[in-house]
Amino acid sequence: MDLHEFQAKELLARFGISVPRGQVVDSASDAEKAAEKLAGSRFVVKAQIKAGDRAQHGGVRFAASPRAVGTEAGALLGKRIATAQTPAAGLPVKWVYVEEAVDVAQALYVAVVLDRITGRPLLLASAQGGDDIEARAEHDPDIIQSIPLTIGDAAADGDFSGLAARIGLTGAAATAAEHLFRQLTTAFVALDASLLEINPLALVDGNRLIALDAKLAIDDNALFRHADLRGLRDFTVRDESDPVELEAQHHQINYIRMKGDIGVLVNGAGLALATLDMLCDAGGRPANFMDIRTTASSLDIARGFQLILENPAVRSILVNVHGGGMQACDTIAEGIGIAVRRYAGREMPIVICMAGNHAEFARTVLQNTGVRYIAGNTPWDAVQKAVASAQKEQPSWLSSLVAKRV
Amino acid sequence: MAILVGRETRVIVQGLTGRAATFHVGRMLDYGTRVVGGVTPGKGGSRHLDLPVFDTVAQAVQETGANASLVFVPPDRAADAMIEAIRAGIPLLVCVTERVPLLDMVRVRQALDGSATRLIGPNSQGVLAPKVAQLGVMSTASAARGSVGIVSRSASLTSEIVAQVTRAGLGQSTTVGIGGDPVHGLTLAECVELFVEDDDTQGIILVGEIGGSDEEQAAETIARLRPKKPIVALVAGRHAPKLRRMGHAGAFTTERAGSAAQKIDALKAAGVQIAPNARQVGEMMRDALSSSRH
Repeated sequence: MDLHEFQAKELLARFGISVPRGQVVDSASDAEKAAEKLAGSRFVVKAQIKAGDRAQHGGVRFAASPRAVGTEAGALLGKRIATAQTPAAGLPVKWVYVEEAVDVAQALYVAVVLDRITGRPLLLASAQGGDDIEARAEHDPDIIQSIPLTIGDAAADGDFSGLAARIGLTGAAATAAEHLFRQLTTAFVALDASLLEINPLALVDGNRLIALDAKLAIDDNALFRHADLRGLRDFTVRDESDPVELEAQHHQINYIRMKGDIGVLVNGAGLALATLDMLCDAGGRPANFMDIRTTASSLDIARGFQLILENPAVRSILVNVHGGGMQACDTIAEGIGIAVRRYAGREMPIVICMAGNHAEFARTVLQNTGVRYIAGNTPWDAVQKAVASAQKEQPSWLSSLVAKRV
Repeated sequence: MAILVGRETRVIVQGLTGRAATFHVGRMLDYGTRVVGGVTPGKGGSRHLDLPVFDTVAQAVQETGANASLVFVPPDRAADAMIEAIRAGIPLLVCVTERVPLLDMVRVRQALDGSATRLIGPNSQGVLAPKVAQLGVMSTASAARGSVGIVSRSASLTSEIVAQVTRAGLGQSTTVGIGGDPVHGLTLAECVELFVEDDDTQGIILVGEIGGSDEEQAAETIARLRPKKPIVALVAGRHAPKLRRMGHAGAFTTERAGSAAQKIDALKAAGVQIAPNARQVGEMMRDALSSSRH
C-alpha cells in the first residue's frame, strides 16, 4: 500500500521526525484558509500524487501569500500530472498539501529499502539529495552510501554513525543524522514498511533535519497487525484504484487492465505471466492479466469471470488452468458456470484448457452447467484458438452473410 | 536419487491439525511420504490423521527423529513457526504459507544465518521427488520418476512444465518450488547447484519470472560451474503489464535488475538454452538430452 505524502508525514511525525507544518485540502478556498492558519510568509503547494519527480513537472509550487496559495491550489486541483513514475496519462490531483516553506541550506537523501538478495533492509543516505538524484547516481554511484540493518522486534540496528561519516557529515549535523537514522529505521520496523524515502531531507541551521517530502509504502501482508493503517488504506484505495481491479481484489483475484481484446483467466501468477507471453507470441492481445489466488471460492471466480465478460473490448476469452493441490480445476469450472448463467450479455467464444487436479471432473462440471466452450488440448492450442476466435468474430449480419455464401 | 529429500526423510508438519494441512497431509501420506508427526501448540498428546501431535518442534524431533518440517501455519504465526524449527535444528524446512509479512521473513533470514537449516519458501508449493516423497501442496497427477530436475518460482506454471516433461518421456528427479516471495530461503542458484551435483539429475529446467534477481544470480552460478548437463530456462513475463513504482530507492538496490530481457540475456550468456515460451519446454529438454548423449 503506497501512501500519500501527507499521510506519510503524519505517521513519521509520530516517531519524532520533524516535518514542516501543513494541511491537506481539496479546494482552492480551503488552501487559502490553510495558509492563513499557518501564518507564515512563504508557502509550498504540493500536488498529492503517489509518484516521484513531481517538482520537475509542475506539481510543487511556491507562493508568498495565502491568496497566491489559493491560486496555485486552484491551478493544480483537477489537473493530471505525468512523470516518469506515472502512467503516460498522468495521475489526477485530488488533494494538495499546503505547507510552510523551509529554507534549505543543504538537501540530503535518506531511504530504507529491502535488498532482496541478502534478505535485509538497507539504509541508504546521500549528502546530495534532490529530485534528480537517480540520474546523478548513475554517473557517480558513490554519492549514495548504504549500510545493512538488523531487524529486532521493535527497531532496527546498524552502523548509523559510520553512515553519517561516510556521507561526509561531521559535528552537530552528524549527530542529528544519526538520531534521524534511528528514528527512521524504528518507524520502518514499527510500521511494517516496505519502502521509506525522504528526499529532500533539509539540513537547517547546521543541526536540524526536516523531512520535506516522504514516500512510504506499507507491506499489505502485515496490515492484519495495523488496524489503524487499514483505515488509511480504505481511504486512499477507494479513491484511487481502478474500481474493477479493486473489486477483483475483494474476490481474491489479481486483475490488471490491459489494452487488448482477449480476456484471460489463469490460476497462479507465474502461469498467468507465461500465458500472456504465449498469447502475444501467437499474435493475440490480452485484455487483462488475471491471477486467481488459491484462496478464491467458486463465487469469487464467478465474479472474476464476469468482470471479463463485462469488458466491452473483449472479443474472446482464454481460460488456462492447471489445478494444483490448493485449488483444483472443478472450483474454477464451477465459477465459470455460475458467471455464464448469471451474465445475460452478448455471447462470445470461450476457449478452455484445464489440466492437473480434477481436470476431468471440471469438464463434467462445465458440461452440466451448460457452458459452451472450445476445448484447448494444450495451453498453446488454447492460445491459438483464442487468438483465432478474437480475429474471426464478426458482427452478426456479416457472419450470417458469410454463412449463406458457404 | 533426488535432491533435498529421499526415502530417509522423516517429516513433521507444523500446524497439522488445521483444515488445509489435514487435507494436504492426507494426500502426502497417500503418496507414501513418511510423515511421522505434527506440531500444534496446546494439542500435544493428541493424535491427528493417526499421527502423534506435539506442543513444540523440539519435542516432536526428540520423539520421532524427524529431519524435515513442513510449515502449514497461517501468515500471522508462520515466521514464529519457522524460527522455532530453525532453533530446533531441523535440517530441511519447507513453508507453503502465502502472504507472510516481509519483515517477518527478514527475521527468519536472520535466524537462518549460521543455522543448520535449509529453508524452502515461503509461498512455495514444496518439494516433490516422484514416487519417493511429497512435501507440499503441488499436483502429483502428471509427475513421473525420471532424470530432469525442475526448479521454479511459481506453482501452477511448474505443474504445466512437469506435465510437458512427463509427456516428453523424461520424468523428474525432483521438482522444487522456491516460492514467489521477495525474501525467501533456498535460491534458484543454490537449487541449480544441488541439481548439478546430483547424479540422478541429467538435465535441469529453470522456471523463472520477472522481478527480483534470482535468475541473474543463477546465471552467475551456472557460468562459474560450467555444468555438462543441459539447462533449459523459461522466463515468464515478457509481456506483463507494466507496474508503477514510487520513489528512487528501488533503483539503488538489486531492484534495478528484474526485467525478462535482462534475465534472458544473463542466462543465455551463461550457456543456458532459453525456451521462447512455455509451449515446448519439455520437448526442448528432450532434444537437449538426446544431443548431449551423442
